[in-house]
Amino acid sequence: MTKVLIIAEHDGKHINGSTARAVTCAQGLSAESVEIAVFAAEGTALAEQAATLSGVTKVLLIENPANEHALAAVLAPQIEVLASEYSHVLAPSTTFGKDLTPRIAAHLGVPQISDIMRVESPRIFDRPIYAGNAIVTVEAPAGIVVATVRTASFSEAETTGSATIEKREVNIELPSHTRFVKLETSGGGDRPDLQAATKVVSGGRGVGSKDNFNVIYSLADKLGAAVGASRAAVDAGFIPNDHQVGQTGKIIAPELYMAFGISGAIQHLAGIKDAGTIVAINKDPDAPIFEVADFGLVGDLFEIIPELEKALA
Amino acid sequence: MKILVAVKRVVDFNVRIQVKADGSGVASDGVKMSMNPFDEIAVEEALRLKEAGKAEEVIAITIGPKASQEQLRTALAMGADRAIHVETDEDIQPLTAARILNAIIDKEEPKIVMLGKQAIDDDNNQTAQMLAALANWPQATFASQLEVDGDVANVTREVDAGLETIAVDLPAVISADLRLNEPRYVKLPDIMKAKRKPIDTFTLADLGVEAAASVKVLKTSAPATRQAGIKVETVDELVVALKERGLF
Ligand SMILES: Cc1cc2nc3c(=O)[nH]c(=O)nc-3n(C[C@H](O)[C@H](O)[C@H](O)COP(=O)(O)OP(=O)(O)OC[C@H]3O[C@@H](n4cnc5c(N)ncnc54)[C@H](O)[C@@H]3O)c2cc1C
Repeated sequence: MTKVLIIAEHDGKHINGSTARAVTCAQGLSAESVEIAVFAAEGTALAEQAATLSGVTKVLLIENPANEHALAAVLAPQIEVLASEYSHVLAPSTTFGKDLTPRIAAHLGVPQISDIMRVESPRIFDRPIYAGNAIVTVEAPAGIVVATVRTASFSEAETTGSATIEKREVNIELPSHTRFVKLETSGGGDRPDLQAATKVVSGGRGVGSKDNFNVIYSLADKLGAAVGASRAAVDAGFIPNDHQVGQTGKIIAPELYMAFGISGAIQHLAGIKDAGTIVAINKDPDAPIFEVADFGLVGDLFEIIPELEKALA
Repeated sequence: MKILVAVKRVVDFNVRIQVKADGSGVASDGVKMSMNPFDEIAVEEALRLKEAGKAEEVIAITIGPKASQEQLRTALAMGADRAIHVETDEDIQPLTAARILNAIIDKEEPKIVMLGKQAIDDDNNQTAQMLAALANWPQATFASQLEVDGDVANVTREVDAGLETIAVDLPAVISADLRLNEPRYVKLPDIMKAKRKPIDTFTLADLGVEAAASVKVLKTSAPATRQAGIKVETVDELVVALKERGLF
């Protein structure tokens, strides 16, 4: 019997879209039930949002002041208590899920499967290794399956559902050795979220400076796109870390990805393999990014971007 | 205080790996091997803590075949004081690695265990978190900044939303992200000096560790490749092409 528990990711106000993608993955397990656990300080509104995700049969709401911030060391022991009722525990493969899920698996004494990109059967999955340059088909051993879901591989579940919400208490002593201090967000303003955006305009080392990145923002805003970056651009301080796309940044699947001044290292390409259309603008005709681009244009990004904007006006 | 830092031998990040035609894995014969880049960052951070007077000893540890001693030598050349080699020819998955590291924690009683956030071969990103669970310690993953202040570490973490800071009581497990530091280059005299530093060798049995049930790899395949598209000559051509696809 397949009974799935998905750990919801949220920021206290909204259920993150990655949770809805994990729901879609769970639907491929031919599960008898798909439940979502919402851990929060006060989570009624969050639970109501989770309950609208199609295919979800029940939402568990575990309210506790200690659950205000998602600390793996605090959440994992609570999930361990709940897990006995399920065959699968899933979380999105975001920094939230990557931090938390291995801790759950270790508490349960089972291995964890990272980054499910395809479900073959309830215990057999495909996942990427070597920055996506190889795919392994793996089988989980007997026992509960604990896994993270590669969000770029699944679309968001619809929001036409109306699951029941059940409040749960988990009465165990929680550790105080880990304390939230602060979260600094780069405040992308009104720009779409990189992981959910249908269009992404991305800049690399070739953009040259933090000031120059304004040309990237400007084009993105005209297109209604999110802004991405290569590691080199983040390391150089052109743009904050949460914009990094790639093996160790965000894995995204927009309909349109436009790369300006990005050479196309394998670690970067790992983040954009699922993009619909890739456009590369680079002044080096031999840049490896052209090997994966649907449309390549050799030239200086500082000349090309104004022309693109003109075409949009 | 002691810092234990775990390093893994992996295919060098510059190698374009090849999937074997029979689906049995990734070709590894004659391929350049290196220390996992994230682990190098973990070693560097441990050394910086020692140089800042916050730690007395840095112990590097690896789990793997005989040849992984090369990576321990690299860690020793960077400045680690001594090393531990848990020798095995088996494929060690994260839960077993965490059990082994936990056994070493019992022996060495470090205040901090540093690891890279993920190994670039399996891309699992699990071992640090699993170790923290088994040891019942706090974890601070994806660290991009670390300040140790007495018995507390303040760690800035790279998360999807930006930069999160948490405080953890020591002992703790910390996993390194890319921007934590830039590892030093090792100099030839250090490589020579490293040859004289001690490496203790153990087997899983010596440590009383049983391998955990493992995830079975049924087959390895090459990913669907993206076809290179076309080069356009002008911005106008690009705009037309994108408009045709309804993207512009
Ligand atoms: C363990 C590990 C993990 C990594 N993870 C990631 C990751 O998640 N994401 C990531 O992106 N990288 C990652 N990297 C780094 C990766 O290997 C590359 O170093 C990085 O992607 C390079 O960034 P870039 O393309 O911006 O810079 P470069 O490679 O320097 O390329 C700059 C490009 O800009 C072009 N250019 C310059 N000026 C102009 C101009 N005026 N107009 C047009 N083009 C111009 C140049 O021709 C060049 O091709 C990782 C590396 C390691 C070792």
